[in-house]
Amino acid sequence: MLYQEAGQLARRYAAERRIFRLRQDRIGLLLLLVFAFVGVPWLGNDYWFSAILIPFMVLSLAGLGLNLLTGFAGQLSLGSAAFMAVGAFAAYNLQLRVAGMPLLLSFALGGVIAGLVALVFGLPSLRIKGFYLLVSTLAAQFVVEWVLTRFSWFTNDNASGVITSPPLIIAGVDFSSPQGRYLLTLGLLVLLFWLGKNLVRSELGRNWMAVRDMDTAAAVIGIRLLKAKLLAFAISGFYLGIAGSLWAFAYLGTVEPHGFDLSRSFQVLFIIIIGGLGSVLGNFLGAAFIVLFPILLGNLSALLPVGVIDSGQLENLQKVLFGALIIVFLIKEPEGLARLWQRFRLRLRVWPLRY
Amino acid sequence: MNHRTSLRRVALALALLGSGLASAVQAANEQYFPLQSYRVGPYAAGGTGFFGGFIDYMQYVNANGGVNGVKLTWSECETEYVVEKGVECYERLKGGLNGAPAAATNPLSVGIAYATLERSTADKLPLITINHGRTDSTDGSVFPYVFPLQLNPYSEVSAIVNYIGQRDGGIATLKGKKIAVLYHGSPYGKETNSVLETLAKNYGFELTTLEVPHPGNEQQSQWLNIRRLKPDWVILRGWGVMNPVALKSAQKVGYPVDHIIGNIWSNSEEDVIPAGAAAKGFISITTHPSGTDFPVLKGIQKDVPDKGQGNLADAKRFGTVYYNLGVVNGILNVEALRIAQAKFGEKPLTGEQVRWGFEHLDLDDARLQALGAKGLVQPLKLSCADHEGGGAVRFQQWDGQRWNLISDWVQADRGLLRPIIEASAAQYAKEKGITPRDCSKEQ
Repeated sequence: MLYQEAGQLARRYAAERRIFRLRQDRIGLLLLLVFAFVGVPWLGNDYWFSAILIPFMVLSLAGLGLNLLTGFAGQLSLGSAAFMAVGAFAAYNLQLRVAGMPLLLSFALGGVIAGLVALVFGLPSLRIKGFYLLVSTLAAQFVVEWVLTRFSWFTNDNASGVITSPPLIIAGVDFSSPQGRYLLTLGLLVLLFWLGKNLVRSELGRNWMAVRDMDTAAAVIGIRLLKAKLLAFAISGFYLGIAGSLWAFAYLGTVEPHGFDLSRSFQVLFIIIIGGLGSVLGNFLGAAFIVLFPILLGNLSALLPVGVIDSGQLENLQKVLFGALIIVFLIKEPEGLARLWQRFRLRLRVWPLRY
Repeated sequence: MNHRTSLRRVALALALLGSGLASAVQAANEQYFPLQSYRVGPYAAGGTGFFGGFIDYMQYVNANGGVNGVKLTWSECETEYVVEKGVECYERLKGGLNGAPAAATNPLSVGIAYATLERSTADKLPLITINHGRTDSTDGSVFPYVFPLQLNPYSEVSAIVNYIGQRDGGIATLKGKKIAVLYHGSPYGKETNSVLETLAKNYGFELTTLEVPHPGNEQQSQWLNIRRLKPDWVILRGWGVMNPVALKSAQKVGYPVDHIIGNIWSNSEEDVIPAGAAAKGFISITTHPSGTDFPVLKGIQKDVPDKGQGNLADAKRFGTVYYNLGVVNGILNVEALRIAQAKFGEKPLTGEQVRWGFEHLDLDDARLQALGAKGLVQPLKLSCADHEGGGAVRFQQWDGQRWNLISDWVQADRGLLRPIIEASAAQYAKEKGITPRDCSKEQ
């Protein structure tokens, strides 16, 4: 009833082409943004900011980075964590070695450097496809980790190979409180998602999808594969690099190269598989599932009286439950949570009628 | 537990109301310990032993009237030794439980300790890293809330090098010797590489460092390197599954096991038993012996496991190295609480007050005797400038059945290490814009 489009007619082409054509969607998004920027900092506490919201947002962003490459351009990659590491360490070194470097600029340049590294590791994509490409991007994972641990220059010769966050000050405002780090992450997240959503609707995004669906056909209709594939790697690397900086500085405050190991790459990959390949919203849903669900289970199990179940076994039970849920979701909707949401939305538009 | 404590709180609150003394905030006369424990994953052996000993000691204290009447409570949050999970647990638990304020965190993970170091300082909650941690946090003027108790990593390697010198007939004989270090590829493992280089330059031995990637179940190439190198000694800086694999691989390449010295996290029964015969003769460093003969352990046995409340799933692990370390850690935490209570009153204390207790921790032989822990805990005296306190270790050798002590207390060269620690702390203070405290003005 509330969610219907009757009477909303587009009178201009621009209105026809807008991202959110339904007025309800636009109002909903606006309310959500107001709530995220004003309501949450006011209502939330340290635990919500530092342990739940920030990692959720950062991994959503990383998910978008990989989704641009895998979900939209169809290039499989297992190097996500490596590109995150490049972004984080580049931003750290820029902060450290260039006097007066603004924080956001170092994040952006860290992203650019990560994009360039991703571009190099994307070169094999011109010759190989699918699982073979997956294996070649795996190289990025090992090479980057090795370089960052082998050459202590990158960690400023820290004895343990750990880097710590520079002061989070932007234009004189200190963002190092939990609220501040939340707002910093949220701001970048909104900006980059806005950019990403527009990107996939642009000519480049449509080229990517053509390449994904069949690259020979795409080449025949005049899409330059070289440019499309390499840009996908570079832009994906840029997103992942910024996500890496946020992970290191806004979330943990400290990071070591092994914090970006292969399991982090898998985590990002699972986020987009469960959330939905080729979907922007899916990154949020996937990250929510992968990041928040185990925390929820942990919190729920902490409510159980001590001593009923052995705490080690309780932990293993949670893993069993989590794994079972992944299987259930993927059987129920192989195209991911985003598709589930889309179906729900379609039904909502005609509710209370059947169709 | 939750139900029981909340019932108790209700009963207590009603009683207080009756006497007209209702005080909601301090209704529970309890002190809370947030436990970032790990019972699954590759390091579960260390986690279950350590937290088992810690929890059993707290149960023992409660069974004997608590700390001056203040009961200890705790709850666990699983970290799997993973940094993000440890941070999540820290944030979840730092606020206390049912009104009982948190006393200190004991994550038993260098990675988690690094990630919560600044948070702990901001939240005014002591961060205890017994026998490990960030070395320069020994300098309490820059790190007021961080305590690498007993033995920091630099003291540890320095003591090992001193011991090697002693065995071979004086520290001067180190000149020209070859020492290889096999370390765990984590912040914990790398922590000592730079100071080892300093020591190598100082004493003139030849140092090779070899990294074993986490978790360490594949070491063939590292040990082939060692065989080619033929070092006089190998220092094993391992953790968890890496240790038995190292001993077995050493046997495979034919390196003598009695020339491998395990560090403080390669010294437990769980590290040698899986290696079987390959571990016989393995030497390791320790701050506390294993065994059940200490009066405090007998007391725990009587009051906790014998009543069916022991935390260990496998009762045979009672008195092993990890378990005893948990007990030692419990003793140090509780003693700090006691000292703080002497100043601030016999009631639940805030983290800030407990911090004062840690900084004034002073355990001499008489006090250790009274605790029934003489020989288990080394005499310890902390101050504003020195958050480590001890710095002495003994060496033990595995005979296939048990660990036997083979040396007296060996001291680290703390005079040599102190300037390095101070320089590193000063650099940290500069990077972070911290003004160090003036320790001469601390009360």
